Amino acid sequence: MIDALRELPARLASFFHKRARDVDFDHEMTAHLEFAVQENLRRGLPLDEARRRALVEIGGVSQARELHRESRGLPLLDTVIQDLQYAGRTLKRDAGLTVFAVLMVGLGVGASCTVFSVLNALLIRPLPFADPDRLVWIANPTPFNSAQTTQVANLVEFQAQSGSFSGIGGYSPFYGAGDILLSGGGEPERLTGVPVTGTFFPLLGLKPGLGRFFSADECRWKAPKTVVLSHGFWQRRFAGDPGAIGRQLILDGEPATIVGVLPAAFDFAATFTPGSRADLFYPFPLTPETNSQGNTLALIGRLKQGANINTAQAEATVVGERIRGAVALDRSRNGFRPKLSSLRDRVSGGFRYALAVLAGAVALLMLLVCANLSNLLLARASARQKEMAIRTALGAGRGRLVRQMLIESIVLASAGAAFGLALAVCGTSLLARLPGANIPLLQSVHVDGVALAFTLAISVLTGIVFGMAPALQVSATAPIDALKVSGRGSIGGGRGWMRGSLVVCEIALAAVLLTGAGLLTESLIRVLRVDLGFATGNLLALRADPGVAYASHAQKLAYFDRLLGAVRSVHGVESAGITDALPLGENFGWRDWGLGAKGQVYEKGKRPSPFIRVVDDGYLATMRIPLRAGRDFTGADNLTSDRVALINETFARTLWPGEDPLGRIVTPTIGDQEFRVIGVVGGVRYFGFEKDSGPEIYFPIRQTANFKSVDLVVRGSGPPARLAAAVRTALRSADPNLPAADFHTMDQLVDRAVFARRSVVALLTGFAAFGLILASLGIFSVISYSVSRRKPEIGLRIALGASAGGLQAQILMQTLKLAAIGLAVGLPASWAAALAIRGLLFDTRANDWATFAGVLAVLTCVAAVAGYVPARRASRLNPLDTLRCD
Amino acid sequence: MNPKRLDLMQGTLDVMVLQTLSAMGSLHGYGIARRIEQISGNQVLLNQGTIYASLVRLQQRGWIASEWGTSDNQRKAKYYSITRRGVKQLAADVQRWERLSDVMGRMLGQNVEDAG
Repeated sequence: MIDALRELPARLASFFHKRARDVDFDHEMTAHLEFAVQENLRRGLPLDEARRRALVEIGGVSQARELHRESRGLPLLDTVIQDLQYAGRTLKRDAGLTVFAVLMVGLGVGASCTVFSVLNALLIRPLPFADPDRLVWIANPTPFNSAQTTQVANLVEFQAQSGSFSGIGGYSPFYGAGDILLSGGGEPERLTGVPVTGTFFPLLGLKPGLGRFFSADECRWKAPKTVVLSHGFWQRRFAGDPGAIGRQLILDGEPATIVGVLPAAFDFAATFTPGSRADLFYPFPLTPETNSQGNTLALIGRLKQGANINTAQAEATVVGERIRGAVALDRSRNGFRPKLSSLRDRVSGGFRYALAVLAGAVALLMLLVCANLSNLLLARASARQKEMAIRTALGAGRGRLVRQMLIESIVLASAGAAFGLALAVCGTSLLARLPGANIPLLQSVHVDGVALAFTLAISVLTGIVFGMAPALQVSATAPIDALKVSGRGSIGGGRGWMRGSLVVCEIALAAVLLTGAGLLTESLIRVLRVDLGFATGNLLALRADPGVAYASHAQKLAYFDRLLGAVRSVHGVESAGITDALPLGENFGWRDWGLGAKGQVYEKGKRPSPFIRVVDDGYLATMRIPLRAGRDFTGADNLTSDRVALINETFARTLWPGEDPLGRIVTPTIGDQEFRVIGVVGGVRYFGFEKDSGPEIYFPIRQTANFKSVDLVVRGSGPPARLAAAVRTALRSADPNLPAADFHTMDQLVDRAVFARRSVVALLTGFAAFGLILASLGIFSVISYSVSRRKPEIGLRIALGASAGGLQAQILMQTLKLAAIGLAVGLPASWAAALAIRGLLFDTRANDWATFAGVLAVLTCVAAVAGYVPARRASRLNPLDTLRCD
Repeated sequence: MNPKRLDLMQGTLDVMVLQTLSAMGSLHGYGIARRIEQISGNQVLLNQGTIYASLVRLQQRGWIASEWGTSDNQRKAKYYSITRRGVKQLAADVQRWERLSDVMGRMLGQNVEDAG
């Protein structure tokens, strides 16, 4: 062993200097022979005998050279290189098959590597924090909902009483996207700022990319404003200038000092609020003032060494009960029921299921690729029977032949993998750049070392799996049999059986993929068919916050009137309206007024809390939200008239089940305001297709100043993209300071809402289509092969008067028999797969008969077509040619 | 050819080569082969070609060195000589062989006594 190691450098040197060492050796041999001949001559032998004796004693020059090479170089590597060269020549000779195989493996590997990279980014790679496994998400669900946020005082007490955490921090998720207007130098721009506790960044274990994080002093109430910038915003606005630290930004008209920049590795939005943006962060003070705002903080805790999530949960439950008991009678304090989950689960756990389905699909696809290539190589193996027989006869061992065949298939697989890897690199970089993707950590998807290792492993495995059958097949035949048999012989009866089974597997696998894709496509169609509660076509939305120049409510209203007037005068605009909570948008106007029916007494925590929308009198008509009863708001519903409200049907049923809500009064928890219900409207799915609308209440914007972000919605008579430019010009004339960005068509928002589902469907459909092509090729190649084997027989039949139709029917039947067996295996497997993906289905049953019937029909048709081509060719054979061949 | 000549055991040739070089100083391949044949009294079945495999192995382990030189009759030949590490290795090998042959002698001698 030690000797072997000591020799290794020398052996390597010899390996790379083969030619020089051989020349050296030959000189030595010449000298040796000369010495030997001379000695023999001295002994009195004649010259030829002297020469012969010398050669005998040396035991053959070429044997000696071979021995020399083995002792000095790397003999194993030499044979592998020989095999590789041989494989290269073989593959070059069969260029068509090689290209086809490389394409197939490439597509398969590309798909697997891409899916694996996504899975890796979302579920395997550690979150970009220090020791991320110790981070837990602390939700605060009530018995009635799954709330994620906690009140400041509860956080402070929980932190004081709990011994499991080395720190707790959080951010307030109730910021509005684009709520902050950046003015001063350059284009005015809307920014998204996230309020975070002073402990938040240190808790995650982040180090500032530049500058520092917030000091305790900066986290006081009314402290001078400071901000930390996201890396992306710093790059965009300051072009990565380190001098940005200490500079001031004018945010909503007030100066704020930049104290730090986040590290590039941490993208807050991609981690916590995928699909949106976070430009800057400012301190969220833990004071009585913020406490009075209710449940404001999404909490993250870091477990101490020795604590685990179970012990921490047990302790948190006890502490939560204690806090609830202490504040039961305090109306200013909310309940607290800490519920712990790992941060990883919170961030991307929701995608585990879909990713598992995709990984399963891709695994099936790789199996299909293997089966198909196995099939092709088996066909080629029979053509190479003679070559192998000759090599065996010349002394190649069985092991050597198997190795040769496996090396060929591994070379094929590796070439395919290289192509696949290129596809995956493109695929992942496309995915990472997808705009409007609401999948966490998607931006960090790339082909990394782990994915490379994975690809390498699957390509070698693929090569072995699809090369094994042909390799064993080839080496199993005795050389004499193979050499004896001419082209028409009957060897490989067993191979026919093997190829048939491979095709059966391919059909079964394709059936499973098709079923999965079918069921999920059906689900997507049904999701898209869900009534959102408003019409999405030809609808344009843009942010139109009044800005600091318009301080009073009246000024803001005048501003809106001016904007609306300008937009409504644009040619092609049908109507326009204002809302502070755009459906499928980023801001939902989070507020909890706890509105209930007047006179009704509610238990603590049981008061209804509908979603609040503040809209103008043009909004419902523009959105086409149906009015079920009563009347819409009008311009006359203003500060001088009665306070009024519209409620949706769900809220009406909640407050007054079975009664007429019109004219009834709702009141908030705090204050003595009264709102008269003047109408009932249909529900709107603000959060997307798959979430119910829940209870909603609308207030006229002319009666309340309680709104933050404002969106302008514009309904056009044509496609909104054409309208956008004209609307933008009109708005600029009304307010030159209005930032031009944040222009959405409602269709874009719809796309974003179904992005994840649509991506899964698109991928699965692609896989299924690829699988279907592979399966049909498999059928085609097997049937063609069997036809070519039976040529003489078919020729004889034709000569004896068999009709073309009869022959075609017979070959078609053979094909359909294969398909039938494949489906007999595939349909139960599909059923099992359908049950496995049940959780991803929407309004579609796992045993959706239409899908299964469709799969059956598609596969049968494909099999029939794949079988018809060789059948037709067979029926047109010229009997003379077939009988004459070989 | 004497049919009763010994087939060389794995590893013995290397020791013979080292010993020969240690005793004779610098020698070329043919000289080493002839020397081994002579010393063994033609008891060893030596395929002279295998000497070169042994020589390259020993050289790659650093136990012998080689250099091209000229023979007495003006023939260019590659001459091998033992290195210091080779001397050390030879000492260790000799010790091992002596122990082994001692043990073998005793084992076999004992069998003869028992049988007698």
